[in-house]
Amino acid sequence: MILNQADIITNSSHAAHGDEAVIEIANLSKSFGDQEVLKDVSLKLFKGENLVVLGKSGSGKSVLIKCIVRLLNSDSGTINVFDKEIMSLNRDELSEVRKKIGFLFQSGALYDSMTVKQNLEFHLKRIKRELSKSEIEEKIAEVLKNVGLPDSMNRMPSELSGGMKKRISLARTIVVDPEIMLYDEPTTGLDPVTSDEISLLINEVQEKYKTSSIIITHDIAVARTNANRIVMLLDGKIYLEGNLEMFENSTDPNIKSFFK
Amino acid sequence: MKKFTPVIKVKGYATQQSKKLSENTLKKTQIASIFFAEVASVFIFIGVLIKETFSRDFEFKEFFRQCFQIGYKSLPLISVTGAIMGLVLTIQTRPVLVDFGAVSLLPGMVSLSLIREIGPVITALICAGKVGSGMGAELGSMKVTEQIEAMEVSSINPMRFLVVTRVLAATLMIPLLVLYADALGILGSWIGVNIKGDVSFTLFFSQAFSVVNFADFLPALVKSFFFGAVIGLVGCYNGYNAGRGTESVGVAANTAVVQASLLVIIIDLIAVQVTDMIL
Repeated sequence: MILNQADIITNSSHAAHGDEAVIEIANLSKSFGDQEVLKDVSLKLFKGENLVVLGKSGSGKSVLIKCIVRLLNSDSGTINVFDKEIMSLNRDELSEVRKKIGFLFQSGALYDSMTVKQNLEFHLKRIKRELSKSEIEEKIAEVLKNVGLPDSMNRMPSELSGGMKKRISLARTIVVDPEIMLYDEPTTGLDPVTSDEISLLINEVQEKYKTSSIIITHDIAVARTNANRIVMLLDGKIYLEGNLEMFENSTDPNIKSFFK
Repeated sequence: MKKFTPVIKVKGYATQQSKKLSENTLKKTQIASIFFAEVASVFIFIGVLIKETFSRDFEFKEFFRQCFQIGYKSLPLISVTGAIMGLVLTIQTRPVLVDFGAVSLLPGMVSLSLIREIGPVITALICAGKVGSGMGAELGSMKVTEQIEAMEVSSINPMRFLVVTRVLAATLMIPLLVLYADALGILGSWIGVNIKGDVSFTLFFSQAFSVVNFADFLPALVKSFFFGAVIGLVGCYNGYNAGRGTESVGVAANTAVVQASLLVIIIDLIAVQVTDMIL
């Protein structure tokens, strides 16, 4: 299902998101040595919404989503994902929660010794064990079609452009039907045209797979295209939370420097 | 309120010395804590490795792929090295044995040297360079490009998929490569003997193996398993715990080679002592 740009923007800005919080972060703090990266951060991600987390480099955005999936352990505070406190889960329980979360890495993180198909198969075979070989093939073909790269099955990651890598990485993430998507700087290092394509794809994923997403970015174009709600991080603290209009009309110099 | 005045005023020199002493103590404490943290990290790594080795869902396909990579892909290098080891050993030893009129002992001497010591150690050192550095660089680059995190975050156990398979494959393949190197070394020795003489293949081999018994083979084979395990473990540990920048990939590969080579030599020393005590 490929939607046109106007539909997607309209759909995303009117996306109905209920009151049910799928991620609930309270008083989260994280330091690396003497450097305090996150200071008492509290936020919620509601079901079906795209939450954009804006901030300058080094403001703690990536650390925030790495704490959500416990790639990093927080120092204090709580993170509830589907009402389960992430820090208190054992390895098996954490693994079950992680199966419901898709994480798109800034670098794409494609396995460079595997073809595109093997990259997708690798996750699918281990997470969706109940699928037969033909179902796996079907699912891979469908997902690759959805990200607009149906003919790239047998290509190696080294043969792909930056934008294609991001698309394949997104395909690898959504192939296992996650309920939550975490995007770490999805458009970094891409040209404006490809960045727009990726932003539209994020909305397509939200529409088609009914995901709730946190999008980490410093790219205002992404915020404009994808955000149902925006949170701005400044020096590890939440500086402002609101909708796009609120940010666009703000006279605060810290926000204006982003929304020029 | 009465003001406190110190009875003895500490002079500038003493203050400086005490500051220096406390700085040195702090520095040494930091070095010691880094060392103990590293040792603890190695033991935790080994513990997790053992636990994951005996867990369900063993990655057989990746294990066989690693066996192919470590075993089959090392064959050309081991073939050349093995044959040259035997050839050189023969060429170097022959003149001395001729002087003593003991040239007939040459096949036995070469086969014993190769099977007991030179074959396992040289093969292990070559594998430490080829396999250990390969593992360090591969896992290190996977770490830098967030591929290991991508596995972890998708509920795929990277330790089980990447480390267990590689360590087990190295443990299994390196003893086989040692046996192969021994065989080619003896073949190389036969070629060496025939450069200046004329000895038939069957005669040479019957002489070579007449002095070798089970007690020569077994310790060499057992220590080869340890060499394999150490090479795999050190390569994977350094790659898996590589830093963040691209420089750390090189550091991981380099450290893997240096540590694995050193450990091979140390294990060899221990194995020789233990064998000497038992047999």
